Amino acid sequence: MTLPLPLRVRKALVLSPPLIWVVLFMFVPYTILFVFSFWQQQYPTFTPALQLGNYQTLISDPQYLRTLLRTIKIAALVSLFSLLLAYPYAYFLVHKVRRPALRQTLYMAVVAPLWVSYLLRAYTWKTILGTEGILNSFLISTGILTEPSPIFLYNQTSMVVTLTYVFIPFMVMPIYAALEKIPRNLLEASADLGMGRTATFLKVTLPLSLTGVVAGFTMTFCLAFGDFIAAYLVGGPDGMMISNVIATQFGASLNWPLGSALALVMLVIVLAIISVSDRFERLGKGAFA
Amino acid sequence: MSLTAAPSTVRTAPARRTSKQLRKAVDAWVWVGVAGLILTFLYIPIVVLVAFSFNTSRSLSWPMTGLTLDWYRKLAENDQLITAVQNSLYVAVSATVLTLLIGVPAALALDRLEFPGKGIFRKLVLLPIALPGIITGISMLILFRLIGFGLSLETVIIGHATALLAVVVTQVFARLQRLPHSLDEASADLGASGWQTFFLVTLPNIRTAVIGAGILSFTLSFDEIPVTFFLTGRDNTLPMYIWSTMRRGLTPEINAVGALIVAASILLILVSVLLQRERPRPSR
Amino acid sequence: MTNIIRLDGLSKHFGSVIGVDDVSLSVRKGEFLTLLGPSGCGKSTLLRMIGGFEEPTAGQIWLDGEDVTDLPPNRRAVNMLFQDYALFPHMSVGKNVGYGLKVAGTPKREVETRVLEVLDLVGLADKAGAAPHQLSGGQQQRVALARAIVRQPKVLLLDEPLSALDANLREAMQVELRHLHQKVGLTFIMVTHDQTEALTMSDRVIVMRAGRIVQDGAPQSLYDLPGSPYIADFIGTTNLFASRIENGRIACHGQPLTIDPQSILPGARTFGFRPEKARLLRGDANGSNLLRGKVAEVFYHGSVARIIVDLGAGQVLVDLQITDAAAGLPQLGDAVAVEIAAHKIMGFAAEDAA
Repeated sequence: MTLPLPLRVRKALVLSPPLIWVVLFMFVPYTILFVFSFWQQQYPTFTPALQLGNYQTLISDPQYLRTLLRTIKIAALVSLFSLLLAYPYAYFLVHKVRRPALRQTLYMAVVAPLWVSYLLRAYTWKTILGTEGILNSFLISTGILTEPSPIFLYNQTSMVVTLTYVFIPFMVMPIYAALEKIPRNLLEASADLGMGRTATFLKVTLPLSLTGVVAGFTMTFCLAFGDFIAAYLVGGPDGMMISNVIATQFGASLNWPLGSALALVMLVIVLAIISVSDRFERLGKGAFA
Repeated sequence: MSLTAAPSTVRTAPARRTSKQLRKAVDAWVWVGVAGLILTFLYIPIVVLVAFSFNTSRSLSWPMTGLTLDWYRKLAENDQLITAVQNSLYVAVSATVLTLLIGVPAALALDRLEFPGKGIFRKLVLLPIALPGIITGISMLILFRLIGFGLSLETVIIGHATALLAVVVTQVFARLQRLPHSLDEASADLGASGWQTFFLVTLPNIRTAVIGAGILSFTLSFDEIPVTFFLTGRDNTLPMYIWSTMRRGLTPEINAVGALIVAASILLILVSVLLQRERPRPSR
Repeated sequence: MTNIIRLDGLSKHFGSVIGVDDVSLSVRKGEFLTLLGPSGCGKSTLLRMIGGFEEPTAGQIWLDGEDVTDLPPNRRAVNMLFQDYALFPHMSVGKNVGYGLKVAGTPKREVETRVLEVLDLVGLADKAGAAPHQLSGGQQQRVALARAIVRQPKVLLLDEPLSALDANLREAMQVELRHLHQKVGLTFIMVTHDQTEALTMSDRVIVMRAGRIVQDGAPQSLYDLPGSPYIADFIGTTNLFASRIENGRIACHGQPLTIDPQSILPGARTFGFRPEKARLLRGDANGSNLLRGKVAEVFYHGSVARIIVDLGAGQVLVDLQITDAAAGLPQLGDAVAVEIAAHKIMGFAAEDAA
């Protein structure tokens, strides 16, 4: 290239701080994580090695696979319930609320909780669902229960409820955006061509909003999949997630190489989901552009 | 309507209209019900959180026993908590400034420059949006450990800035894309240097996005746990402090902290909403 | 007059795509030059290279005797009127116009006087305090123009300046730009795909195609003496047909026409005539150089009607001047004859492959 020097210098000035940062604090650490996953633990330290022992452990010891599957299951349920709640809400906002100011307010009402501490929002569920919690005491005071029930907390249901609660805004946002982008005249054209409201929804609205659904599903799934706070608060032993196991490897168990291998498995799953979702989105853009 | 219209039409029309109106009314109530349910689900916990911070009883159970400000008074006397708040403010402000200093040029580079490796650069920068914070946390923990860097609030700041980069880049990049490149060209054409163009043309036009991204980064950093968990030394940030208290047991003191955080959040939300209102209208 | 701009073998490649291909060109001081061509012909790229927004792959750009090929836009004494005006939305009209002076460090007092002067020139002296989005499209364009000439550039570049305006405004602005050009005496280089615009406004038109210059001349010579069938059809409309010359005669869709051997090279393979240079006669008319056929379609334009005549083996267009409304228009299916004088037939070497 025959760039004049000033332009090249200017380009470098803009580019170098983020580039250096990204290489130093993202590329290098991820690479180290990868390398570390082949190291060997020799209590209480770890030594460099190139062996697949950590990965073999992950496969042979059923507790890891079980936790992984449980995490996937919880994340999938969280995404599903978020979708079931978020889609009607977004549809309601876009198609049923006519006043723009009200629509904006109701939209903000769903997004606003994101600004309130995640930790505290998860924590409140603990205070609601616990044996001495608000739900139990409420049910006893109304006479539905005679003594506190432990069934509300420390299981997978409480995990799903809490995580759905925490991550639902991430489902509403892309679906709302996708629904809002659908030109109204498409719906009018569909009605004009003799389709009923249900048919119009199924054949026009739903397919066109699918990119938003996929984006929301990806987001909530990845967030729930990687969560490690809710499990400590409301999960109990049966609600432990893969992140909790990783944290244990870096904490009490002091087996960083195994933890790295687990983190890498997690990373691969997340990347796979993102790339599938990306492909879908590109496909969608091509089809509907 | 003409009086000579067929009698049958006159008779059936109102009937049809009422049934249609009824269906519409039912329809409307169903929708309001669905929306109301979701909003209740979203807000009951927040209401509970705030309400119980004023409860006289130590236990968090229904019904509330009475109103008091004791828990807030206790907060004011809690030195550990106050230190944690100070630490969090230090971390959040530094991480926000740092991530803006890196993120804005990164967004500019992604939008305006062509360079080798741009695709990988974009993927890496945007990764933390969907990447579990724990992976950022442990990978940086290993890095710091390997180069013999002691853990401290500063390592937390670096971790936060890295994790939040994606937030800043997405927001600023989105705004930059709506800003016609011809503005840059016009500025250069009129004799402005690159710096002049950035400060006189680009920055004023992306100002609200930068401030918005800054506020969001601050909030997220102030609330961050997964990265902090692995990268902090002996110092606690506020969420880490709350968390450690929480794991010991539930107290209305936590609710009081929570209520204050809710209040602060509402303030920040209002600020960012106002900022969006103030956004200058496009020229055409 | 001296040359203010000289392009030497200028090329621009985008990867394997050739945007501009070895263009050499000189522009005289004070000239109004137009680069004309369809979209993708490289005219905008050429303009942007002169402005410094694209780096040439090869070749040199000389501005007033200085090699500016490697200089960034901010160090070239040329200014551009952008297609989308590119007014800074966060600045008032006055600040927009004064921007170029401000970044050059001109004293504030002087900036103010010169901004007012140039706003006055474009008739917007009272709008200095307005925000760009409060102005109409035409007014925004004038602000952009004022901003571009306030620094008194050696050359003003205009990138499709009128394309965003509606038809009426466009004609008014054509006149205004011409007047402004005469008043300020700057060199204008304009890019357009609109041939009418090019013909009405410029002193000289350069027709481009596939990155190359295909013809360079005054508007009238371009219209009357097109150098290729491509230009004949791109500028105005031409009935084109292929034929061979035999005994001083050619065939237009099977019907014989006599040509003027002095104006046509013997090797010509493509021929044409313009619709307005032919005459429409009644079907039973007698004469030489007549094409006989039937009226296939009539397009009424007010002062003129364009008639498509079906010759059987093909169709030709012919314009009918309507001087007497009572005479009426030909009806579909009427038998007609098209008369075309021999010296009005144009001949070209075989159309090149491009």
